[in-house]
Amino acid sequence: MDAFTTHTGRAVPLRRSNVDTDQIIPAVWLKQVSRTGFERGLFAAWREDPGFVLNNPSYEGASVLVSGPDFGTGSSREHAVWALQQYGFRAVIAARFGDIFRNNSTKMGLLPVVLPSDEVEALQAAVEADPALEVTVDLVERQVRWGSKVLGFEIDDYTRWRLLEGLDDIGLTLRHADDIDTYENGRQTWLPTTV
Amino acid sequence: MGRTLAEKVWEQHVVRRADGEPDLLYIDLHLIHEVTSPQAFDGLRLSGRSVRRPELTIATEDHNVPTVLGPITDLVSKTQVETLRKNCAEFGIRLHPMGDAGQGVVHIIGPQFGLTQPGMTVVCGDSHTSTHGAFGAIAFGIGTSEVEHVLATQTLPAYRPKTMAIEVNGLLPVGVTAKDLILAIIAKIGTGGGQGYIVEYRGEAIRALSMEGRMTVCNMSIEAGARAGMIAPDETTFAYLKGRAHAPEGAAWDEAVAHWKTLRTDDDAVFDKVVEIDASTLTPFVTWGTNPGQGAPLGSVVPSPESFADPIERSAAERALDYMGLTAGTRLVDVEVDTVFVGSCTNGRIEDLRAAADILRGRQVVTRTLIVPGSMQVKKAAEEEGLDEVFKAAGAEWRQAGCSMCLGMNPDTLKPGERSASTSNRNFEGRQGKGGRTHLVSPAVAAATAVTGKLTAPADL
Ligand code: SF4
Repeated sequence: MDAFTTHTGRAVPLRRSNVDTDQIIPAVWLKQVSRTGFERGLFAAWREDPGFVLNNPSYEGASVLVSGPDFGTGSSREHAVWALQQYGFRAVIAARFGDIFRNNSTKMGLLPVVLPSDEVEALQAAVEADPALEVTVDLVERQVRWGSKVLGFEIDDYTRWRLLEGLDDIGLTLRHADDIDTYENGRQTWLPTTV
Repeated sequence: MGRTLAEKVWEQHVVRRADGEPDLLYIDLHLIHEVTSPQAFDGLRLSGRSVRRPELTIATEDHNVPTVLGPITDLVSKTQVETLRKNCAEFGIRLHPMGDAGQGVVHIIGPQFGLTQPGMTVVCGDSHTSTHGAFGAIAFGIGTSEVEHVLATQTLPAYRPKTMAIEVNGLLPVGVTAKDLILAIIAKIGTGGGQGYIVEYRGEAIRALSMEGRMTVCNMSIEAGARAGMIAPDETTFAYLKGRAHAPEGAAWDEAVAHWKTLRTDDDAVFDKVVEIDASTLTPFVTWGTNPGQGAPLGSVVPSPESFADPIERSAAERALDYMGLTAGTRLVDVEVDTVFVGSCTNGRIEDLRAAADILRGRQVVTRTLIVPGSMQVKKAAEEEGLDEVFKAAGAEWRQAGCSMCLGMNPDTLKPGERSASTSNRNFEGRQGKGGRTHLVSPAVAAATAVTGKLTAPADL
């Protein structure tokens, strides 16, 4: 996956709550068997509305998405993360995330940042007032910074380390292949197999 | 101090625990379908890895398949299904393809084969994996990177979620179903209410549910944001499992049951959070908005956005009413629908079809009505009972097994502006087809609605 250390870029305010993954990438886009090309499906239905914020030229090239609460709820589709990354987003800031989406993001190197609701709204208002405003998402310091604001955010040490190093989970787990063997040898014999 | 059911099952699956790291959890059963697996198999091939335990893995074709006989005509869907077939052949994974007697929606077939058992860990690249928690398993949805991880290692690194008890006291009144209950629970705690938790559903009303009803409840745990939902196994669970293809037999059965009986929350265990619901006050429940938390009793009205104190909920309600084409104050029983869908991993099991048939017997539908069995086995069982004849005589369409109108990936979709009463689990914008409007309901309400063309409780027919 992509490593994430610190990122500075412009932000897009998405003033919606419960942005489910069906909105982030509608089901018809999930039929691809490759991992690329999903940026075209990002918010596909909403982007048909010329007034939708991603269609506003002043936010073109922005790389931080600032959303209302409960971003990425619903379906487990990792395609939602791929679509956001391929469109150019490096981080998403919201007050709450769907659990599976948050997990998927950290596997891929898209940083989900939880900030309190009022701070998310303050940031949204700030980028609405000045779309050129630069926002820094700093995983090393666990901070989000813009203007004179400096806000800390929480992320567990392990996930942070994996993101900073860009480490592949499977590789890490396979270091413990012996533990897996031992566990497997102790499993109850009546547990089902599919054969 | 005692432990909760979730804690017990979790502890029994810890392969490795180290300070400051997530637990490495063993996965007993991995379910696969065509949509979230192709990129995972590609990943394996790229890194030259194999599937560690193909015999703990099972695959089916469900999301893309048409529910009328004949081949897949959509070329992209066809490629995805063919990719699954190639991957399963290459890595030695059991697959139930379209047309196979064992094919069906991934969360229907696991329990049906007896592969889902108490105390197991079950994962799938699909959020409704929570369904399997009805057996007292820890079952949760994962993304494609994690699918690859499970294929390669049969484990997952994960932090143990917090525990929540949802105590459902009293009994559901006659005519109120598991679906009404879970919709009411989600409306109460909200779509984020379960976030970070494994929910255990407990109490008299839960104990009284059939396995089908329990699966309906656990299925929608994710709609409340929960990582998983579970119900302690009991005699109902054992009776359901006994004799199924992959259930233990003979002495192994006794040994398994003895273990399963230990899988209950100790009396002195403490949950991180407790929510109480009085089942006896519930009535049929429907959604009016575009997330599953936006629901209300069918006997009430479309709420006005101003009635929400929270500004974010208020603007979400405004947006939802606009999308749904509804006016605040409209009686829900006056909302006209043009399509009724009975099916999905929430309500596509035999008991659900029986509930719909009970309403439709001797009546006529006035809407387009799709009845889609969750699996080919459910279809066969329904036909043996003559339910298909009831549906056809009522003017409904009787289909092949699949996800069908639960999501817009196969030919069964709503057109823009069309309104459905659907027994599925998500009323998101465009979920059933771009511009489609979805009201989530129980199978009985769906069938009654098909008869009148308006959202209807069976008692009002
Ligand atoms: S029936 Fe619906 S919710 Fe269930 S697996 Fe299929 S698409 Fe997902």
